[in-house]
Amino acid sequence: MKTFFAARMDRCIGCQSCSLACARLVHKRLSWYTAGIRIGSSGGISTGFEARVCLACDPPPCAAACPTGSLTPRKSDGGVKQDRKLCIRCGKCVAACPVNAIVQDELNNPYMCIHCGRCVSFCPHNCLELAEKGQANFVQEVAE
Amino acid sequence: MIRNDFRILLVDLTIRKAHIVDLPGRETYIGGSGLAAMLFEKYGDMAAPWNDPKQPLIFAIGPLTGYFPLMSKTVCGFLSPYHGQYAESHAGGRSALALRFADMDALVIVGRADRPCVLSVGSRHMEIKDAPFLWGKDVFTTGKMLRHMLPGSGTRSILRIGPAGENGCAYACINVDTYRHFGRLGAGAVMGGKNLKAIAVVGDASFPLPEGKQYAKCFHEIYDQLTETSMMSKYHDLGTAGNVAALDALKSLPWRNLQATSDPERIDGISGEKFAKDMLLRNTACSGCPVGCIHIGYLREKFMADNRYLYKQVAYDYEPIFALGSMLGFGDGFKVLGLMDAVEREGLDCMSSGVALAWATEAMEKGLITEAETLTPLSFGEAEGYKVAIGHLGAATNEFYRLLAQGTLVAAKHYNGEDFACVLGQEMAGYATGETFFVSETLSFRHSHLDSSAYSADQKQQDKDAGKIVAGFVKDEASRCVLTSVVGCLFARGVYTEERLKAALSSLGLQNVADNLTKAGEAIQKLRWRLRLRTGCDPMSAKIPKRYNEVVTWKGPIDTAYMEELRQAYATRLLELGREEDEAGQ
Repeated sequence: MKTFFAARMDRCIGCQSCSLACARLVHKRLSWYTAGIRIGSSGGISTGFEARVCLACDPPPCAAACPTGSLTPRKSDGGVKQDRKLCIRCGKCVAACPVNAIVQDELNNPYMCIHCGRCVSFCPHNCLELAEKGQANFVQEVAE
Repeated sequence: MIRNDFRILLVDLTIRKAHIVDLPGRETYIGGSGLAAMLFEKYGDMAAPWNDPKQPLIFAIGPLTGYFPLMSKTVCGFLSPYHGQYAESHAGGRSALALRFADMDALVIVGRADRPCVLSVGSRHMEIKDAPFLWGKDVFTTGKMLRHMLPGSGTRSILRIGPAGENGCAYACINVDTYRHFGRLGAGAVMGGKNLKAIAVVGDASFPLPEGKQYAKCFHEIYDQLTETSMMSKYHDLGTAGNVAALDALKSLPWRNLQATSDPERIDGISGEKFAKDMLLRNTACSGCPVGCIHIGYLREKFMADNRYLYKQVAYDYEPIFALGSMLGFGDGFKVLGLMDAVEREGLDCMSSGVALAWATEAMEKGLITEAETLTPLSFGEAEGYKVAIGHLGAATNEFYRLLAQGTLVAAKHYNGEDFACVLGQEMAGYATGETFFVSETLSFRHSHLDSSAYSADQKQQDKDAGKIVAGFVKDEASRCVLTSVVGCLFARGVYTEERLKAALSSLGLQNVADNLTKAGEAIQKLRWRLRLRTGCDPMSAKIPKRYNEVVTWKGPIDTAYMEELRQAYATRLLELGREEDEAGQ
């Protein structure tokens, strides 16, 4: 299955267009936080930016921690599917994520990347990629 | 969240309490510039001085903030320590989206804390922390310490001041998220006067999207215009620095305190092309803006023998290159970056600082001041003296620097150097383009090159028709009032036409605001001028120093008679715009 990668974050300018697009298009929210991908500085804006996003663990510990079956592993290549109707907002997935990629809003609803790739086209510097696992281009392309 | 009423967080530092205030007026005042003016009228005291604790410091966003790309600016409204009048300054960074997601249309700060403090606000918290240990710290150290002290990493904006703001410099800025600033007319000193070293705005709320398909359609149309056409490419390519060589070629770039308008020997060392090729490290962006116009330069400095180096990342733009580069006689971009870094550290406005030091240098050449005043040699093109002087300017070390920190003209009056003070309302912007710009900057609301398209008009042949030019200034200002009220970046003014702004407002359910947009722009313009006049502005008395009569541009010498005619015509028109409504019979 295709998987989302924040493959070239050293190009990131911190515009947060990806987070805003995820919140808007996937979660139907206006937010830079309740999104599957969140952008923060790596310790002050002079240090560049990093993406807090699902790394597609296989098997995913968040799905293992989910007590109600709201999160289940995708068919292959790691990551999870989310069925919001089954979520009891317990936050076990947040605690289980080893890379802090899941957040809860003020009502405790969890938000995580579902590897749909809808944010990719909003990145002006082509930092993001949806690709088969192992196929993502992490190498800097040479400028024209 | 979009509401028809304005939701204001009013913080009183004296009693350390805050209130949520809901105020009507969206249709008339929109947000941003309009809202800030409305709030200043409500909370400001027109007769009290700028440093009276009760005077408000206002940060306002608009209805489109966060909902559309490049709607990424915050308007700061305050009583300026520079001239004692109501003023505005604009900045981006994360500030605008942080306010949006902290669920407030404006943050208004009144009162004065009894000791240095830091204010942290969000959608679910308000806290004032004592921070006397930060007082006296430079902007860089303060930033590093705040990151550990405050909540909300990744979703917050940090506004902070340096020594200049603490010491009441009339052009101290507020640093926003390291690389942006509320600059120019001294908002940093207003913060300092309140004993407020920093403000963190944590954007920790999330809102439902507007219902229906209109919003998504409108968003994508605008996003495509901004990213898939060439309309914004100049801003992320060379950035505003791309104008440096162009203005020099037009004999319109001020050099050495405006003693020249072109320098073919030095221009190649400070052009936007040179910066991009040898100094540009990377770009960054304001939140919600895919353009990424912020250009970060790389500065490497040897600080000790045996190859001990340090490196800095310094944001550059056209105006800092002009003010700390050509204006101070530099043909070496690396040296200019070093001065930008020094100015940043003190929390000074870079344009005002550069122009002030250019005046001081010429005053020294003319023997009006000596090293007894400046405490260091000042000479065009010599960086080390300027670095020392910038430290003194931030610290207000002696009487000379205290005067210079109140404005170039204050020092110039004291030392008899007014003729060559490059002041157009405030220390000039980098456009020695001609009569239209000189008059526009002298009198316009922010004394900014972005108040009108005057500098652009000067670059073309135009009729010397003062009435027509003034009508253009006024119309231009009203339309910019709309954009700075919704609040959009002025770089996006080509994309955000009135028609697109109306569609965007309508898609958020603000049809009433869309329908009243043109009238609101005019009403906001008039309110700003009323506030300006009430706080002591006298447009007729604003003079253009003699140095501007001596400028030679691509069009030849300045037509001083025409410039004076234009100045009087514009000043007269501003008095009409700012007339009290009952007097105007409205």
